[in-house]
Amino acid sequence: MHGLRDPQRGWLKWLTTTDHKKIGILYLFATFLFFILGGVEALIMRLQLAQSSNTLVSPETYNGLVTMHGTTMVFLFVVPVLAGFGNYFVPLMIGARDMAFPKLNALSFWLLLFGGVAFYASLFFEPPQAGWTMYPPLSDDAFTGGGGVDAWIFLIHLTGLSSILGAINFIATIHNMRTRGMGWGRMPLFIWTILVYSYLLVAALPSVAAGVTMLLTDRHFGTGFFDPAAGGDPLLWQHLFWFFGHPEVYIMILPVFGMISEILPVFARKPIFGYKAIAASTVAIAFLGLLVWAHHMFTTPTPTVVLAFFMLASFTIAVPTGIKIFNWIATLWRGQIVMKTPLYFAAALPALFTIGGISGVILAIFPVDWYLHDTYFVVAHFHFVLFGGSVFGIFGGLYYWFPKMSGRLMSEFLGKLSFWLMFVGFLATFLVQHSMGLEGMPRRIYDYDEALGVETYNLISTIGAFILGIGVLVTVVNVLWSMKNGRPTGNDPWQGNTLEWFTSSPPPPNNFDVVPRVRSVEPMKDIRREVAAASVPAETVAQPVAPRSL
Amino acid sequence: MPSEGRRYDPAALPVGMPKRLLLAALAAALFASLIGAPSAFADALTPESGGSQNADDIDTLYKLTFYIGIVVFLLVWGTLIWSLVRHRVRRGGTADQIRGNTPLEIGWTVGAASILVVLTVVTFIYLDDIESPPPSGPNGLSASSSQFATIDQPDPPGDGGPVLRIRVNGQQYIWRYVYPGEGQLFSYQEMVVPTDTTVVLELEASDVIHSWWIPKLGPKMDAVPGHVNETWFKIPADQAGTELRGQCAELCGPNHADMRATVRAVEPDEFEAWARDKREEIQAAGEAVAEQREARDPQAETEGN
Repeated sequence: MHGLRDPQRGWLKWLTTTDHKKIGILYLFATFLFFILGGVEALIMRLQLAQSSNTLVSPETYNGLVTMHGTTMVFLFVVPVLAGFGNYFVPLMIGARDMAFPKLNALSFWLLLFGGVAFYASLFFEPPQAGWTMYPPLSDDAFTGGGGVDAWIFLIHLTGLSSILGAINFIATIHNMRTRGMGWGRMPLFIWTILVYSYLLVAALPSVAAGVTMLLTDRHFGTGFFDPAAGGDPLLWQHLFWFFGHPEVYIMILPVFGMISEILPVFARKPIFGYKAIAASTVAIAFLGLLVWAHHMFTTPTPTVVLAFFMLASFTIAVPTGIKIFNWIATLWRGQIVMKTPLYFAAALPALFTIGGISGVILAIFPVDWYLHDTYFVVAHFHFVLFGGSVFGIFGGLYYWFPKMSGRLMSEFLGKLSFWLMFVGFLATFLVQHSMGLEGMPRRIYDYDEALGVETYNLISTIGAFILGIGVLVTVVNVLWSMKNGRPTGNDPWQGNTLEWFTSSPPPPNNFDVVPRVRSVEPMKDIRREVAAASVPAETVAQPVAPRSL
Repeated sequence: MPSEGRRYDPAALPVGMPKRLLLAALAAALFASLIGAPSAFADALTPESGGSQNADDIDTLYKLTFYIGIVVFLLVWGTLIWSLVRHRVRRGGTADQIRGNTPLEIGWTVGAASILVVLTVVTFIYLDDIESPPPSGPNGLSASSSQFATIDQPDPPGDGGPVLRIRVNGQQYIWRYVYPGEGQLFSYQEMVVPTDTTVVLELEASDVIHSWWIPKLGPKMDAVPGHVNETWFKIPADQAGTELRGQCAELCGPNHADMRATVRAVEPDEFEAWARDKREEIQAAGEAVAEQREARDPQAETEGN
């Protein structure tokens, strides 16, 4: 009755599907698989660094691990997993029946997957070893031969194309397919952030696409874009890369900000505090995010006035980001907080991101960055924003939306166990990395001098990483277990605010048989209120807000 | 899950005094550890310094920002934990349906912005001292030093000793230092410098990008092929005899981790003696090589080197 046409049976339906929900599931499975691969790479690195003069892996292997881990987490996990959530939930949250271009949507997924496969195939000949930033001249064929760097270039092109097509699809969908009544001021914040994410991808990706094409021709066709001997400049790469690379940071965090802006109000039983401020600060962050790329290049030969500009631009981003953090805390303040797993992960984000934000401001002061740049302090900083921010938020989103996607609840016990293991493991892994950097330990080294005095920190960090790994594993077990054995749930297990909770769990192929008219940013709350008004005695309706204490 | 119903039960939540005590204890512990930590592990929370004035200034600038950061951290974590503990769901409780508060929102926007204005001002106050090399001190390399004086006169005001300019060349996986003056003077890995003398480093690289960094001397700077980058340090007079260690900070290949560097500070007299010996040694070695080459192939000398 809900079907648009007869769905194909068995595994074939996954290969040929153009349904945004199935494509979303494919995205989520593929990206979590890459997440686990990237995580295993990180654990091997942490084992190697557990003590000084360790010989677990060779220097070449270590550099391969550094490159694979960074590339995997950025290009094959955080960016596409957000496309996965977006795919599944954008049409549902705006009351649409699919994305604007379903076939293009399928193409985006398959480009991503084959980009990842092409990249990981390099494991069987020679994985790239020049770091995920792939700075020339090191990444030129004279210094890094073999096919690894070319596999990496292939990955950037394929996943870049995937992201651009996906972004155009999101933009077209969000602009044109919102249901009746959903004006810009009633759009869920997750939709706002996915829209901004999409525009940022379109703005930033061409720069890195040009960069990697120039790298490819430098490597194989005798050009010298980045070769000073041929009139080129290695710094050109850094500008092209970071003009993409810094907006990429916001591409990876803004939709997660959107997710927790959905989760926190639902579990605090309160409206989001400062809806307009959160939407506006998202746009502000995206715009400013395009103007700060050279703060990754403070130690390069650059005039002081340029350094000062990029420091001030980086400072200004702290303001809209701070606004968001205060808004989230104000959302929890004086709520009736229901302590479920999605809330744990969502509430961890402002806590951990604040630490990453503070270290970010420290790093933006370029004279201080001259000390801290390329040390473990930086590694700690970006893991606080990328893992403490993005990944914790993504796990929150997973626990929040799993019942909608599967029709079953996840185990709360395993969820909370996973959260505490991840939270404690995360802090143990990354807090001490600030100290390693302050003591003088550079990043991307396979071994360190015992005299540096960082062995204890490294051991703590390694133990923390394994606790963190076990925490992630518990969630993987939870997902696999709950898919079959989770308690069946109704349409709306959390008393959600947005339209995806109106339809059944999992939603039928056409999403909605009927879409309610949207009259506020919380259409589901309106519906619950109407239902309550229709079914309870009149005197209760006369006083809709109960007194604060009984 | 059978226990699901119980999780919502407000009676199961601790209420009243014990919770407040717990919270107070938690806050006290957090506060104590934050107060105690800087004194116990001051080294672990701040940059290395002490080898040069610019390193000390960076340390100070870092600490100022760090202390402001601690206040922000306590504010955010404090209100967040307080909200999560105090405002848990309870029977008969209602959530305040607040959608915003304009004065409050303007307040924290202005608050965040003014912190950044303060940081900007402080940074620019310290910037010049960190960036611009000062003149050498009175106990530094003598202006009349026969080896270096002709080349490295101080900048126009001329109110100090000569500045020693060293070319630092990064190559996989070693640093090469070329000193000025007549007759070749260079060394690898260990850089010998006179105390109380401003040493300006001109950084360049001959293969891939490297990054020069000695933590105790403060700033690191990238050595990029095709560019010359600059940084400086000035080791105080009382630190003669110290050896400062560092290593390459920009991934430069498989053995990046082994690209170490040492700076050895010596008295100016000792430095001049070292330089003189080293120049002679290099000249002698060069002559020996030339002789050998001539003995093997008389043509080689005319082909140049």
